[in-house]
Order: sequence, then C-alpha cells, then structure tokens
Amino acid sequence: MNFTINEHSYEAELDNRTSLLDLLRNHLGFTGTKKGCDQGACGACTVLVDGERINSCLALAVQYQGRAITTIEGVGTAGEMHALQRAFVEHDGFQCGYCTPGQICSAIGMADEIKRGVPSAVTEHVAAHNIDFSNEEIRERMSGNLCRCGAYNGIVEAVRETFAEELAS
Amino acid sequence: MSIIMDVMKTAVRLAPGSWLPGGTPDPLMNKHGLIGKPASRIDGPLKVQGKARFAAEVSLPGLVYASLLYSTIARGRIATLETAEAEAAPGVALVMTYRNAPRMAPPPLMMSAPKAAGASGLPIMQDAEIRWNGQPVALVLAQTQEQADHAVSLIRVTYAVAPAVTSFDAAKAKARTPENILGEPSSIEIGDAEKALKDAAFKVDLIYRTPRHNHNAIELHAATVAWNGDQLTVHDATQMVNGTAWTLAQVFGVKEEQVRVLSPYVGGGFGGKGLGDHQILAIAASRLSGRPVRILLSREGVYRVVGGRTTTEQRVALGAKPDGTLAALIHTGVAATPTRNVCPEQFSFPARHLYAANAIKVAQQVTDMDMLANIFMRAPGESVGTYALECAIDELAEAMQLDPIELRRRIEPEKDPTSGTPFSSRHLVEAYRHGAERFGWDRRDPTPRSRREGEWLIGMGCATATYPYYRMPGGAARIRLTADGRAIVQMASHEMGMGTATVQAQHAAERLGLEYEKVSFEYGDTSLPSGTLAGGSSQTASIAAAIIAVSEVLTKELLKLAGNDSPLAGLKPDEVEARDGGLCHVDEPGRFESYVSILKRAHRDELVCEAEAPQPFEMWKYSMHSYGAQFCEVRVNAVTGEIRVSRFLGSFDCGRILNAKTATSQFKGGIIMGLGLALSEETLFDERSGRIMNPSLAEYHVPVHMDVPAIEVIWTDIPDPHSPLGAHGIGEIGITGVGAAVANAVYNATGKRIRELPITLDKLL
Repeated sequence: MNFTINEHSYEAELDNRTSLLDLLRNHLGFTGTKKGCDQGACGACTVLVDGERINSCLALAVQYQGRAITTIEGVGTAGEMHALQRAFVEHDGFQCGYCTPGQICSAIGMADEIKRGVPSAVTEHVAAHNIDFSNEEIRERMSGNLCRCGAYNGIVEAVRETFAEELAS
Repeated sequence: MSIIMDVMKTAVRLAPGSWLPGGTPDPLMNKHGLIGKPASRIDGPLKVQGKARFAAEVSLPGLVYASLLYSTIARGRIATLETAEAEAAPGVALVMTYRNAPRMAPPPLMMSAPKAAGASGLPIMQDAEIRWNGQPVALVLAQTQEQADHAVSLIRVTYAVAPAVTSFDAAKAKARTPENILGEPSSIEIGDAEKALKDAAFKVDLIYRTPRHNHNAIELHAATVAWNGDQLTVHDATQMVNGTAWTLAQVFGVKEEQVRVLSPYVGGGFGGKGLGDHQILAIAASRLSGRPVRILLSREGVYRVVGGRTTTEQRVALGAKPDGTLAALIHTGVAATPTRNVCPEQFSFPARHLYAANAIKVAQQVTDMDMLANIFMRAPGESVGTYALECAIDELAEAMQLDPIELRRRIEPEKDPTSGTPFSSRHLVEAYRHGAERFGWDRRDPTPRSRREGEWLIGMGCATATYPYYRMPGGAARIRLTADGRAIVQMASHEMGMGTATVQAQHAAERLGLEYEKVSFEYGDTSLPSGTLAGGSSQTASIAAAIIAVSEVLTKELLKLAGNDSPLAGLKPDEVEARDGGLCHVDEPGRFESYVSILKRAHRDELVCEAEAPQPFEMWKYSMHSYGAQFCEVRVNAVTGEIRVSRFLGSFDCGRILNAKTATSQFKGGIIMGLGLALSEETLFDERSGRIMNPSLAEYHVPVHMDVPAIEVIWTDIPDPHSPLGAHGIGEIGITGVGAAVANAVYNATGKRIRELPITLDKLL
C-alpha cells in the first residue's frame, strides 16, 4: 500500500486490520503520533488528513491511501518550529509531553474550522461568518484532547496567541 | 519500627540542628539569580516536535509485540487452558502461561528493602491460582500487535471459582489495624478525644466516602526489553529506574549490574508508573523466546494490572470550645486493600499535623480483599484525607457562625500536634491571607443559596492543602567538569513532566557559578549514579542534596588541582565560593581562578567527582510539610444540578520555588486532577465480581479543556531553612484540599453538603 505522509510517499506491506496510528508508529517510525487509548477517547493520536483533524486510532490505514496525511513531524520545518510549537514551549502548554503532538495537530485543524466558520456548541450564532477566537471556543473545540498533567491553561494561551494573531493579520 | 530506628530518631530530635548534615541553611536559598527564574523546559522543543522517544518507541531488530489475556474471576484456579489455536495463529512467536513461564521469584514488596519495588509481592504467572479479577493468565508474542491481539482472542480458559471478598462493606466488618501506615503509627491517641467531643460546646461528627481512582497518565504503560545473554536492557516508563533494576534482578536471579533500565521520558506517572506485572511478563517472554519484546498495555490493560487509589470511608469528628479552639479532633476510618499491599491510602496523615487540639485521635484500618494491589496515586491519602477533614472544618465553622479561615487561624498549632517536633517552615496563615485577598473572599456571603444569576447558583469555598516534605536516602550525583568550562551533572532520576532536567540545570549552574547554557543534567538511566524514586514529592530535594554533596567534593578536588601556583593557593573549601565560571575567595573576589584555567594548568580534559547525599535527618528533627490554601468558586445550575468551576486560586507555602514556570504548571496540574477527584472521577468496582467496570477514558471522566477555567496560582516563596535550596517538592500538594474547596463551594452555592465523592449532579437534585 502507498501512503503520502508529510508530503513524502511511503510503501508498506500491511495487515488490513492495521490502524492508521499503528501504521505510523509501528511500521513507518512516525512515533511523534501517540497512542493513549486506542479507542478515540483521548485525542493523543490526532493527525491531519487533507487538513482535517482525525483520531488516527479509529482510522484503518488501508482507507487513507492517496490522502495527504500530516503528522507532528510534518508541522513546522526541519530548521524552524511552527509558531504554535514555539508558543507551546513559551506558555508551558505541556508537562510530560505525551499528549502534546495530538494537541498541536488538533489545534491546527481546529483553527482552520473556526476560519471556515464551522460552529461549535458554544458559538452564539450557528450561521456566523466570523467566529471569535475566544478562550471558550478553544476550550470547547479542544475538549477531545485530554491532558492528564493538566496543562490546559497553557495550551489555551498558546493556541489563542498563535491563531488570534494570525486571524487578525 | 525497629528499636534502633526509634533510638536514632530520638537522638536526631535532641541533637542541635547545626550538627546535622545541611544543618546550616543552604546559602543559595535566598539567592535570586537562576533559582526561581521561569526558564522554559530544556526538553520542550523535543516534546512539541514529537521527537522525545518514549518507552514504546524504541526500535530493536527482531522485535515482537506482546498482548495479554486477563482473568475474568477474582479468586480461584485456572481449570482448563487451551492455547493450541493461538499458537497456530499467523505471526505468533510464543504463547506463555503459568505452564511454560520461566521460574521467577516474586518481586520483593516495596519498603521491604531499600530498592524493593513490588506492588504486591505476589508470584507472577507461576501457578494456576487467580488472585484478582484482571490478573494476566496468558501472554502472546507475535510479529505485529494485530496478530498478537488476535491470537489472545483464540485462547480458551475456564476457571474453578472460589469464594472471594470483593464487597467493601463485607470486608469492612473484618477490618484490621495494620502494624503501621507507611512506617507511621496506625493510630495515635492524645487525651480522651471521644469524651472531649461529647463535652464540647460545638461539634460535628461526620462520615465521608471516597471512591477508587485511576492515574490515567495519557502514555500507556509500556516497556521495550531485550536480553543479551544474562544482560537485560529495559526501556521503561517508570518513576523508579533503580528500584526497577534491583527488583528485576531479584525476580530473574541476576545481579543488579546486569540489568540496565532506561527511562528518559515518562508520559505522565502520578504514582502509577512503577514496576508492574507487565514488565516482568514481557521480560520473561523475551527470555523464553529469545526475542526483544515490546509490551504496550491497552487502556483496559492498565486498569486490569496497575492499581490506583482505593476507596475509603472516613469519620471526622471535631469538638470546639466557645473561643473557637479545638477540644477534640478525631479522624478515623478504613481503606480497601488486598492482603499484601503497601498502599493503605494514608488519609489520616493530614490530621496528625495540621491543627491544634486538646485531644486527638487518629486511627486507620485496612481490609483483606481479593482485588488488584493499590498503587500510590498523587498525594495518596492526603488528597482524600483533606477532603474529609477540610469539609468537616467548614461544617464546624458554620455551626460556630465563624468564617472558616478565621477558625483555621484559631487552631493554628505552635508545634506539630502529634509528634511535638518544631515545624521547619510553616506559613499557612499567611497563604490564606494572600489567597483570600487575591480571590476576593470578602465577597462571599456565608449564607448558602444567597447568590444567584439566572438559573445559576454561585458559591465560594476554601480548604487547606498539605503534603509532607520527603527526601529519600541513597541518591548520588556525579559532576563531569570539562576543560571548556562545561558541567554535566548525572543522576539516575526521572522526568514525567516536572521539569527535572531544567530545574536541576538551573540549580547546578547557580551552585557552580556557571552560565545556565553551560550546564546539562543527565538522568533516566541506571548506568548513571543511583538516584531515588520520583515519588512522595521527594525527587527535587533528593537530587538537590546530592548535587550539594558532589559540589563540595568538586571544590575540594579543584583546590587540590589548582595547587600552589593559583591565586587560590592555600585556601580551604569553606573559604571559597563558585562564581563566574570558577572559584574565588569569599572575601577577596580578586583571588579567582576559572575552572578552565585550573584544568588547563593541570593538563586535565575533565574532572569527575561523585558523592552521595547525606541521610535525610532533617525529616526526623523537624515537622516538615508544605501547605496551601485552595479557593474555589462554583456555579451550580438550579434546574439540572450541573456544576461548573468558574474560578480557582491556589495559594501555596512550599519553601523556595525553583522555577516559576514549571512550578505553576505542577500546581495547576495538581489542582486540575483535584477537580476531577471532586466532580467526575470514579473507578467503578463491581462489588459482586471484583471487576473494574469502566476501564476506559470514555467512561472514567478526567477533566477536559472545557472543565477547567483559568486557574491562578500564587506562593509565599519563603525558603525552608532546613531543606536543600530551601525548597520542597510540589508535585502532590496541588491536588490536596481541592475536593473540599469544591464541596464547600457547592454547599455555599446550594445549601447541600455532599459527603461522598464525586459530587455529581444527581447528588444535588
């Protein structure tokens, strides 16, 4: 099977039961994507597929051939971290760092959802074109990404600083 | 406790403080250079780029994957066991059961020896006996995880069921008093507390219940293991590398030096990442198959084989005199435990040290249940003990029509109420004052249900946080000072998110007078000098003490090396201090020579020194604890009972804070786990079958982004003159007091006292 990950092409001989998460971690060495529950409850395995965030543990790898998969290794460039990664370090948006790649990939997908006007449970007007990048919107939309160390405040600060600025410019 | 220990403790208590190691305050405790700075984490860039390599991410040639099958009964024997189909399944390299598992000694029970790390001391896959519901009965190794998981599903087991004690109520009826509770007396009585309670002008006498909890670190428990002859390498996720190595050596009958444990990154521990059955089974399977093995427990697997916090039933009775001081303080109760276990959930510890009372009675009992061994979970005991005690204080204050902070001020003790030893550093009243001011406590109306916005009832509550200061004996540190003026500090310690390497690099740089960038801290590997476990909030002080010890040796060695041609010639170690990348005379800064120059003149590439930390006698001499005042505001929906924490502030007194950024995160992390304890977390244990019924993150509710408001954290920053750096560990205190602060706020909002955790909406309707 052939996969496109972080703009590169990869071949893998796979058991049909293999999840996208296990493909990444066990077969291709993209260990930045984390396994926290393997049942879609923690968000640690979040990756971007064609720009949208998904739980890679709930995805069968075989279904993702020919799609553009982005993992934490593809966020930022070899020489420079993504602004959100720098903001996570600055605002201490993690402690152990295990949920962090999932939080970062999820936040990137989430920011795009806000820009596209996708409403959430706390959006006041469902048809609003300009959704506020408020702390409440961030918290609601990031609630699928668990952090047991409790770095939530730092994560929200890092996400808001990065994307609110980007949205304003 | 042995007579020798008792005699030693008494001798230390009577000795002048200055005689003890570290008896004079650490000169760095008041220095405001690198210590206290909000430095970002050294390993931050690695973690945000997904480059930090965790235990299940180490790749080895020929690696096979493990999967476990768990028992479905609590007590009995395996009657039949069919493995042929699994053995024949594609990719399978080994099916291991009690029939073919290598003979292994049971892991020595924690605290039975300095490095013993066993949680239960039970034999592991050595016989047909079943001792808890969820015990591993078979392990499969296969080429892929999918193949291993599938093969496990092909194993057929039947059991001969034996009667099991799985009901806490039934076990409680036969509760017993253990010999001791983590080395402390199981019960203490000062005066006749029951009589004093009876005669008191104001009194409360209440029962509180707390459920089981699981740590739920997001990283699943994992190990990648390999044998090379009799040499064993374990890439582990652990809070105790040295304890794990020593204990594995006993289990497999090899020497401690033949076991190397590496654990550079741990994806959350909270007490739960120690030595469990899973590492031992993976190592046994690796020996049997001759292949390197990776075991990564499923989330359900973590619940089956790694215990957590246990359920408690606690009585708190307080009797007060008309002047608001305590005539009686009683805190007794029972925690659910299996027979062989060292985690008794020491909920009675806070009441031993927090408040003055004429008569005190504390007593703790345990049970003999057929269940998975409890494992320490963040502030074991103190987290749920403060819930009961601090709710009762709030109830007493109300009965006396006294502000609960004022009540606590009136019962502030002058010395430790049960041991009689002086406090090393205690500024709880001050923490309350700062916190109350900052939180706006004066805006609280003591009458419940007096503040309402639409459907929402709003209330405020507070509670005391407390956790002991511990420093573990037995740690050693090494410093490699190189000819280019860099220092590498090494100690086999742990990083689960506390910021260990960052904070100790800050410390060592300040201690050695080096720039922060020129110091690195290496840890997480038993090939380094032996460290102590990351538990009991002890690691920071334990490492700091070892670094102080080795710095003293380094100074001596440098002075020897400097010789007579140095401006430092003839000076003794106590006449010099480290500064600007070298040593200088304390009073004549001009008499200076840099490390680079000393090493260069001596034609040395490096100078390597190693030293062990002194025994933690300060813990015997003084009553050493951290404190805090937790403040909470909740909004409770009058229609649905939904509870939302709208504001939270923690005001802490934990000695000197070493890194403002990482410390803030640790305090907040504790508080957030406390919010889970207060409102949503509960491991559901089926009292009929002894089985955990919600072994997943979908059914065990940890706090998520939406549950957590912006939390504020402040601290006194007053150094403890009797601890290294004036600091206390802060990993656990954050969770203490939170349950009570929330419960007291819920009462203030609704007029309902909830005396059983978690405070879910059904209990408010």
